[in-house]
Amino acid sequence: MLTSDDIRNRTITEDGQRMLEKAEHDQVRTVWDRYQAQLPQCGFCELGLSCRNCAMGPCRIDPFGEGPQVGVCGADADIIVARNLGRMIAAGAASHSDHGRDLVEVLRQVAEGKAPGYQIREEGKLRALAAEFGISGDGRGKEAVALDLAEALEEEFGTRKKELTLVRRAPEQRRALWTKLGIMPRGIDRETSEMMHRTHMGVDNNWQSLLLHGLRNALSDGWGGSLIATEVSDILFGVPRPVHSKVNLGVLKTDQVNILLHGHNPIVSEMIAQAATDDDLVALAKAKGAAGINLAGICCTGNELLMRRGIPMAGNHLTTELALVTGAVEMMFVDYQCIMPALGQVAACYHTRMISTSDKAGFPRMEHHEFHPDNARELARKLVTEAIENYPRRVPGKVKIPVEPVDMMAGFSVEAIVAALGGTVQPLIDAIVAGKIRGAVGVVGCNNPKIRQDYGHVNLTRKLIAHDILVVDTGCAAVANARAGFKVAEAAALAGPGLREVCGALGIPPVLHMGSCVDNVRITMLAAALANALKMDISDLPLAAAAPEWYSEKAISIGCYAVASGIYTVLGPMPPVLGSKNVTQLLTEGLEKVVGATFAVEPDPDLAADLIIAHINRKRAGLGLS
Amino acid sequence: MEYQGLPRSEAGPRERVLVRIERCVGCRNCELACAVAHSQSRTLAAAIREEPRPQRRIYVEAVAESRAPFLCRHCDDAPCARACPTRALFQDSESGLVAFEAARCIGCHGCLMACPFGMIQAGRGSPFIVKCDRCPDRDQPACVAACPTGALLLEGAYLSMRRRDAIARLTRAARQGRAELPPVEASP
Repeated sequence: MLTSDDIRNRTITEDGQRMLEKAEHDQVRTVWDRYQAQLPQCGFCELGLSCRNCAMGPCRIDPFGEGPQVGVCGADADIIVARNLGRMIAAGAASHSDHGRDLVEVLRQVAEGKAPGYQIREEGKLRALAAEFGISGDGRGKEAVALDLAEALEEEFGTRKKELTLVRRAPEQRRALWTKLGIMPRGIDRETSEMMHRTHMGVDNNWQSLLLHGLRNALSDGWGGSLIATEVSDILFGVPRPVHSKVNLGVLKTDQVNILLHGHNPIVSEMIAQAATDDDLVALAKAKGAAGINLAGICCTGNELLMRRGIPMAGNHLTTELALVTGAVEMMFVDYQCIMPALGQVAACYHTRMISTSDKAGFPRMEHHEFHPDNARELARKLVTEAIENYPRRVPGKVKIPVEPVDMMAGFSVEAIVAALGGTVQPLIDAIVAGKIRGAVGVVGCNNPKIRQDYGHVNLTRKLIAHDILVVDTGCAAVANARAGFKVAEAAALAGPGLREVCGALGIPPVLHMGSCVDNVRITMLAAALANALKMDISDLPLAAAAPEWYSEKAISIGCYAVASGIYTVLGPMPPVLGSKNVTQLLTEGLEKVVGATFAVEPDPDLAADLIIAHINRKRAGLGLS
Repeated sequence: MEYQGLPRSEAGPRERVLVRIERCVGCRNCELACAVAHSQSRTLAAAIREEPRPQRRIYVEAVAESRAPFLCRHCDDAPCARACPTRALFQDSESGLVAFEAARCIGCHGCLMACPFGMIQAGRGSPFIVKCDRCPDRDQPACVAACPTGALLLEGAYLSMRRRDAIARLTRAARQGRAELPPVEASP
């Protein structure tokens, strides 16, 4: 039996607390219960000291020095920890990059006229990106350009290049550094594939070179796979522009057909969003007694829809099960990544129908309907129809919408920020030089049941903006900060005097929503644009990143490409590296001399803010700024 | 004086730790938890950096195709206590455990030789020996709390579990093998 203290210790969110009470009443098990059941978790794995890479093992290293200090093959703690971290990076980079590839495939099929329902919405961005790949657009239709661009982007995934094309956006000094270190990313799939090779038994047994390749693998994500995902999503679905919306479980409606869209890739959800506005389907919903069709997003699919369409946001990672506990969801669509396999079981307690949509992501107790560009439009209409038909099956006694939604602004793409600044980044540079904005920090990443939900994100962000540090955010962190009310223009009152003045002048919140987790590249592109405008390296600027509640392998890849790009990064939860003193020291100290940035780990958001503020002060001093 | 036994105020015998060998998966988390429980910092992340590094008092061994954790049996008539020339190791009448007072230990390692189970180890520096103290400040010893499969149990729980398992087995056999018999609960 959960006490009210237990519930408060699980989440700071009011909607979450109310739904945890209801989950307890409805006897629904959630991620927090499963986490408790897993305790104590394996100490060897926590330290990164267990290796399952081959069948001579599994092996463990005794961190207290009494038991074995090497695995069966002879790998010591340094090698095992570095190999394990390398494979985490590879998994994260592969996830973002495969997501990017799926978008390139849609772009190709749009160009070939095989994807009804999809279109090229941003011809300007298409042509600009094509130009970066040396594709001429003169006198050619957008489809022809898109076909050549799709071809060129597919080549980025291969192994025929010396370096990825889009690294040219990085400052010259940074690119020279990557080349000198031998970590210039060559092909998106190549670096992941090479990491899997290096970490096979008997290949790379030098922990330093393993970690360097880890950075290269992460760069193939940050300046390759993720970047392509964001760029092509913008071309197909629109470049985000500032938009007003609402957030938390209060966005679900008691009198409407509620459809939730969960996952990461906008390919499916964009089609659902189109179908949900079709007149005949809206009419059907009304015929079934509903006031309309209400779409809401969750996790990063939600962020993609929020950024471009202003579709309201139901919650982040740890809210996914609780959204179903409202009893008010007719249908949830999932694509891939961060979708807990427990969701089908939770949905079974209510009338909710769960639909899995990707050929590469299956889940227990969900109905599988594969979306492909050629069938997406029709399948979306069919399933939205079924969602509407599910509305009469809702059990009113089981429905509870816990709170009123909170207002928010989103849609701050780099293009939108530059436009708000009047067409160049110079006003932002001026504000930084003048000290009105002391620096900028990307607060990103997931939720993790090891940390009270949103506590890390919200408290870190609150302290940073109070110290005149602009916060840009993505992913689950962005949802947390919106839910806390930081994303309305009035939230400028929470900022320090300098940041408050800038926000007031531009009518923007002190925390800018930059999108989904692949959209972390929007943050690095903004950093690169600032550095390029100043003819400096990214590592010279008063910037930092934080992932206060990270849990996923993707977050590890993001953290590594941020650090390799020169951005100091503070993690909340400890990654599994402490088993090796050498690896830990390299990540937290040694990398400063290698790439001009390091990791730090600090689960307490108050202390994490202090680390970041001190870092920004050091960087400002380095630039001769007060 | 460094006293590694139980607080004197705590009266009554303390339950010993028993092992359900068939449950052990050999994960060795009991060893880690034991070393952490006997560290200065009491956290895994900091304990692995302490000098001297904290030592475990429980040992997972793999023998005869099986694996199992083993720890001091706290014998009622303990060979180690009998072998100890300074009474540093002694039978504690209140707790019923074999207790250790480091201040009296001269580091002769007689107890190491006397223990038939090999459960006493040389200490790294001072104290001169280390053995299970059954975590005097915890109700559940650290190893028991850390065991993910319930292979390690306190004596009372162990016996009750064993009895219930055996009775359940016999009851099922009686029902399945002799279907004509009335249920055991209803038999005269």
